[in-house]
Amino acid sequence: MLPKLPREALLDLCRRMFVIRHFEENLVPLHDKGVFGGHYHLYVGQEGTGVPAISCLRADDYLFTTHRNHGHLLARGVEPKKLFAEILGRADGLNKGKGGSFHSVAPSLGFLHSSGVVAGIIPLSTGTAYASKAQKNGRITVCLFGDGSLEEGAAPEAFNLASLYKLPVLFLCENNGKYGVGRAVAAAQSSSMAAYPLTDLPKAYKIPAQQIDGMDAGLVHATIGAALQKIRDGEGPQFIEAQTVRFPGSETNWPTVPQPTHTSLAWDVSSVPEKAREWYRSCDPLLIFIRELVEAEQASRDEIAAIEGRVKGEIAVAVDFALNSPYPKPEEAEKDFFAQS
Amino acid sequence: MKELAYYEAKFEALEEIMAADERVHLINGTFLSLSPHRHVYQNLKNKYAERMISPPISELGFCGLATGAAMAGLRPVVDLSTGSFIYEAWPQVANEAANAFSMSGGQTRVPVVFHLFHGLRGGGAAQHSGSPQAMLWNVPGLEIAIPSSPRDVKGLLKTAVASDNPTIFVDHTRLLDIRGEIPDNDKPIPFGVADVKRKGSHVTLVATSYTVQVGLQAAEKLAKEGIEVEVVDPRTLVPFDLATILSSIEKTHRVVIADETHQSCGVAAEIAARIAESGFDKLKAPIRRVSTLDVPVPYSPPLEAHIGPSESRIMSAVKSVLA
Repeated sequence: MLPKLPREALLDLCRRMFVIRHFEENLVPLHDKGVFGGHYHLYVGQEGTGVPAISCLRADDYLFTTHRNHGHLLARGVEPKKLFAEILGRADGLNKGKGGSFHSVAPSLGFLHSSGVVAGIIPLSTGTAYASKAQKNGRITVCLFGDGSLEEGAAPEAFNLASLYKLPVLFLCENNGKYGVGRAVAAAQSSSMAAYPLTDLPKAYKIPAQQIDGMDAGLVHATIGAALQKIRDGEGPQFIEAQTVRFPGSETNWPTVPQPTHTSLAWDVSSVPEKAREWYRSCDPLLIFIRELVEAEQASRDEIAAIEGRVKGEIAVAVDFALNSPYPKPEEAEKDFFAQS
Repeated sequence: MKELAYYEAKFEALEEIMAADERVHLINGTFLSLSPHRHVYQNLKNKYAERMISPPISELGFCGLATGAAMAGLRPVVDLSTGSFIYEAWPQVANEAANAFSMSGGQTRVPVVFHLFHGLRGGGAAQHSGSPQAMLWNVPGLEIAIPSSPRDVKGLLKTAVASDNPTIFVDHTRLLDIRGEIPDNDKPIPFGVADVKRKGSHVTLVATSYTVQVGLQAAEKLAKEGIEVEVVDPRTLVPFDLATILSSIEKTHRVVIADETHQSCGVAAEIAARIAESGFDKLKAPIRRVSTLDVPVPYSPPLEAHIGPSESRIMSAVKSVLA
């Protein structure tokens, strides 16, 4: 379902989903051409969770994210050109090329630190929440991580702390291992937990936890909004597991794009290679959202295609910016590893 | 000028820091290990309970909590108590806190202090006698302070809390009861400034932490034999004051390094390498190390005493570089 929001807000969510999609579809060929090295992870397929969830936050709230951070940063409004430049290791990158895909941050938007260790941010998120409580500033922290993060000991230790101290933090677990239609069981599973459903783990620490369909933008928006309100009311931490079906392009060791996205795919997936077709037909949260916008008469197909066209233009400009940004000077490697008071 | 016990000087610093800056929060422990003086911690708690927490036994969790809180503008001081326990928190200390400022391109500051008691403490055995400062020195992004006197613990603790970087504060339980003078209105001690704890002209002894005290006792005994040892205490490993050590060696031409980390890749090994690289031409004898032997720390008292940088081992090493 669609989030209960005015049309302009819905179209803005749609635009942000397109930004993520076209950003990452442009990233894959840059890697394949050798423009940047190192591993990287795609957020494609989870736009229906991240975009509406992050839209519920206040401007001064904190967010922590992992190696799969592009979508979160873009949903919050990071400039695509700065993120491209960071991933390409350029001087104009978000982190001046010191972090790369795994560690891109944007402190002015509340992203202080992105960790490539899957559960690394979970204790850190209790820290910003602890600070907000001490500073009585009303800021809350959203900690965005994948299902695999729960396998590391840092997760339960942090849940215990968050629950004991009633910290203002939302643990948003994005489980991209929900079984899709026609998929072999376990083919898409990315975590191995004896605690199942995953919500059993936070529940053991008395943290209210619920499991939702992460491809349903309206459900995500309503559930996150309600959870955030409880946190703002002082009820302590909340845990939400949003389930999505893993993007076929993320099932391989190195990301691929089975089919470049286009608005028309929402109604016709015949051009998609057969292996990936079912995902685009029934599991792609962006295409689901587009169909809902049209069915609810919030936008026409042409209006959506026009939004997509503008986004594609902006992404092309952003790629050019990054490709033309210089590499940092080698001696920058020796700078900025200690803060000067 | 007044004379204080080491633990009193340390708590004077904590009192003054807590009073001066409400961003400072104390996380875990008592900052005194199992010392009988633990009541002073309660005195602090009576005043600042809302800024002190005693979290569950979750070193990984609460070191992460402190690191995150530092990112958000607090100045948490974490007591890991026994130094070996920092191994439980390694991912947060070495892989998150130490890297955050650099990998954010200099945007995210992490003003957290991790306090611990390292070293041979009498019956600690292998799991409670660790000296992790050498491993931590191998992690860029961490400052490391390592006091050896009442004046230093007070002055360095203040600087550690004022620093915008993650700082390891390496303490030693065998220092808690030593006494020393502190000038009135003493200023915080800047990092990266070594202190000559004893003047001497024959041999330079570089020592850290409790081994400074052991070295001073060794120096007194050697003085009776006509050997004058200059004892230099770096006081911080990161940043490191090599210049003061080199100027001492300029005078003595001989150097012994005594420290409680294990010998291989230990603190003495790194200091020796720096001296060899920059001061080889000043030396008239090979550099000698007196470190903890490369074995897991044994429990039984004579076994434990045998492996540490004892007075007798330091005296032998000093004599060997004069031979």
